[in-house]
Amino acid sequence: MNAAVHALAETTALPVLRAEGLAKAYGPITVLKDVTLDIRPGEVHAIIGENGAGKSTLMRLLSGHARPTAGHLEMDGTRVDFADSVQAEAAGVVLVHQEILLAPDLTVAQNLFLGRELTRGLMVDDRAMNRRTAEVLARVGANAHPADIVSDMPLAQQQLIQIARALLDDRKVVILDEPTAMLANEEVEALIGVVDTLRSQGVAVLYISHRLEEVEQLADRVTVLRDGEMIGTWPASELDQRQMAELMVGRELSMLYPPKRGLSSAAPLLVVKDLSVDHGKVEASFEVRPGEVLGIGGMIGAGRTELIEGLMGLRPSHAGSIQVNGTTIARPSVEAMMHAGLVYLTEDRKGKGLLLRERLAPNLTLQALDSVSPGIMLDRAGETRALREAVEEYDIRVRALTLEAGQLSGGNQQKLLLAKVMMTDPSVVIIDEPTRGIDIGNKSEIYKFIDALVQAGKACVVISSELPELVGLADRVLVMRGGRFVAELTGEEITEQKVVYAAASSRDRTGGRAIA
Amino acid sequence: MSSTADITAAPEKRRQGIRWGELAPFIALAVIVILGALINSNFLSANNLLNVVTRSAFIAIIAVGATFVIASGGLDLSVGSMMAFVTGIMIMSMNAMVPALGNWAILAGAGVALVVGSLCGLLNGVIVTVGKIEPFIVTLGTMGIFRAFITFLSDGGSIPIDRSLREAYRPVYFGDFLGIPYPVLMTIVVIAVGSFLLYRTKYGRRVTAAGSSDDVARFSGVHVGRVRTMAFVIQGFCVAVAAICYVPRLGAATPTTGQLWELQVITAVVIGGTLLRGGKGRILGSVAGALILEVIANVMVLSDMVSEYLVAAVQGAIIIIAMLAHRFTNAR
Ligand SMILES: Nc1ncnc2c1ncn2[C@@H]1O[C@H](COP(=O)(O)OP(=O)(O)OP(=O)(O)O)[C@@H](O)[C@H]1O
Ligand SMILES: [Mg+2]
Repeated sequence: MNAAVHALAETTALPVLRAEGLAKAYGPITVLKDVTLDIRPGEVHAIIGENGAGKSTLMRLLSGHARPTAGHLEMDGTRVDFADSVQAEAAGVVLVHQEILLAPDLTVAQNLFLGRELTRGLMVDDRAMNRRTAEVLARVGANAHPADIVSDMPLAQQQLIQIARALLDDRKVVILDEPTAMLANEEVEALIGVVDTLRSQGVAVLYISHRLEEVEQLADRVTVLRDGEMIGTWPASELDQRQMAELMVGRELSMLYPPKRGLSSAAPLLVVKDLSVDHGKVEASFEVRPGEVLGIGGMIGAGRTELIEGLMGLRPSHAGSIQVNGTTIARPSVEAMMHAGLVYLTEDRKGKGLLLRERLAPNLTLQALDSVSPGIMLDRAGETRALREAVEEYDIRVRALTLEAGQLSGGNQQKLLLAKVMMTDPSVVIIDEPTRGIDIGNKSEIYKFIDALVQAGKACVVISSELPELVGLADRVLVMRGGRFVAELTGEEITEQKVVYAAASSRDRTGGRAIA
Repeated sequence: MSSTADITAAPEKRRQGIRWGELAPFIALAVIVILGALINSNFLSANNLLNVVTRSAFIAIIAVGATFVIASGGLDLSVGSMMAFVTGIMIMSMNAMVPALGNWAILAGAGVALVVGSLCGLLNGVIVTVGKIEPFIVTLGTMGIFRAFITFLSDGGSIPIDRSLREAYRPVYFGDFLGIPYPVLMTIVVIAVGSFLLYRTKYGRRVTAAGSSDDVARFSGVHVGRVRTMAFVIQGFCVAVAAICYVPRLGAATPTTGQLWELQVITAVVIGGTLLRGGKGRILGSVAGALILEVIANVMVLSDMVSEYLVAAVQGAIIIIAMLAHRFTNAR
């Protein structure tokens, strides 16, 4: 069913990149079939679809990172066949991956020029590279210095570095795979500015996002993929967010956010007093009560993730006292917290959440290994059973249970990670960016899941850079700035404006450690 | 061609597919054996084959331990020196206990060796994990230390085992059970226990998790330091087992005992398919690797085409070829 491709005024423009009958299969598994697509110069072309619909796969085919099993590409009307991404980049097509792919121990400038270092005579010309890096960083609105080490930066900054890397040279087609998944509002604004500039320069931008308001705001045309098939291409002006969502999932959608539960007055499940992380960089006290969703807002670099990592003993930290479920935790560690009933779901699923080269079952059971296999031996049958149940319960779309975690689509990895921490049957769940990279249908599933959790008398802490999510989900919001909680909002007070206002101080807009 | 409906119920087809990458070391071993048979008819004699397998036992046993260390994300360069050191201590304690215990001194000495070997491994492990220093550096250091100790203990000469023990201890290397030499039996036991630990226990799962990603393991509540330290202890224990089988062969410990074994061990592990960056361990592959090294040396000695002085060069070339082969079978 190929829906009508609507005639626009600029249809006459020759497509800069054209996919003709593109398909991709991994062994017996077909993940993309018969995609025919025109990308025009100077357009922002959004690609939307559910998790696992094949968006990233299509982008990899367009940019030489993978080769199609059928079909071909044309650039400016002539057929091209990219053997690898280097050839594609030489032809002017560049992909910014959904996941961070930077050398963590190198500086920003070294990463940007990796493999194409500028030289003067025999020596690398650091001065010139740093200068050009600073220029392009400013263009994408990254708050980083060319000499900063990548692994020291928050994920959002790393994402901007990746984008900067793609924009270092002149491009004809820039592909951004979920560029804003890790960004907070301010960075998103900067990025939208960058995309606008590219468009005005005649560059074609392919844009994948699960944030439909962005798509509505930014895109000229929208292509929808579902289950590896192309549903159609529409001018963005003809679709609103709801229609987009329904085209993606192929059915009508219900309410996104569950109704709020109101304030809880029961005795708190988690009490944190005078927690100091990274030698005082972050300091906070807070409580979480059963039956509530506590939202933690703030800008990137405000110290929210650091706070929780410190609470879990994953960073140097010191606390006045920590109580989980009435148990006093003397020396916090992931294990001690888990036994007391507190788990943390990291925002960095590739780096800290999943073993990408391991299969699904070992990933699922890694944290709850002691309960899945009580003896010293592994209970393989039990693991497979647990995996089947998790796939069912969390609706993880896998085409075979023997895949490696890294072969799942981004959103399905997120669901696997959720299933993994829930295996330990916690009573307090801290989720850092719960719906990063998750499509709208699954988002509402995850919100329902969180709601069911707290309805059952448990508690949930949600750290989110997505304001609508924070506002739609939380019964109470703590806003962090510069490593301190600066505001507490409840009930009607929880609005996007109030959160933003509290998060951005007049004196210090970045609030955190972004500026070295 | 394939329907995408009801994907979660899709049969697990991939499992049946032959994984050529995992079979590679065994195929290589078979090829080298066939070549050996073609080059020299003596090669396939039962006597020669038993000899080769027996001699490879030491590297094989140590390589099983090294598989744990490497799979957990570590590296141990000290195994050769540790082997010499453990051998020296073991002989000295056996000799010291002869007057009191007679032949039982052998057993007591073996016990001492196992304890000392495990402690050496513990030392490596603790420095690596508590001191947070690269295992390469730590074990480079202890490699020098163990080697210096054995040189010091032997005063630059050799530490021979007491004459009265020779006869009783001899069979541990030269004897056999139902025609299978004891060192080979020992290797089989080590393989069985090692495979059980690595593939069937929770500890083994945590070893590979820690090796694949330190951070993911930590964030999942795995005690990465403990797991890694334990891998070094297992390595030390394996070194001691190898030492126990080795002593009757030469009857003494010298400053050159076990020299360059660390290279052979790491080569065996790597050509066996274990990744140096950690996260996957192939115990049988490591053993096949040890066999490959020994068979090549044997074939070169038997044939007169290449000087046996070049054995190390050929073994060196093998590791490079193995890595290249790995690269190509893994390229998708
Ligand atoms: N190497 C691989 N082997 C087998 N299947 C794969 C491989 N890579 C991807 N897939 C499968 O292809 C399908 C499409 O994945 P893709 O990453 O393109 O989805 P996506 O639309 O980008 O989803 P998301 O929004 O979650 O990022 C998924 O079902 C995924 O499991
Ligand atoms: Mg994707």
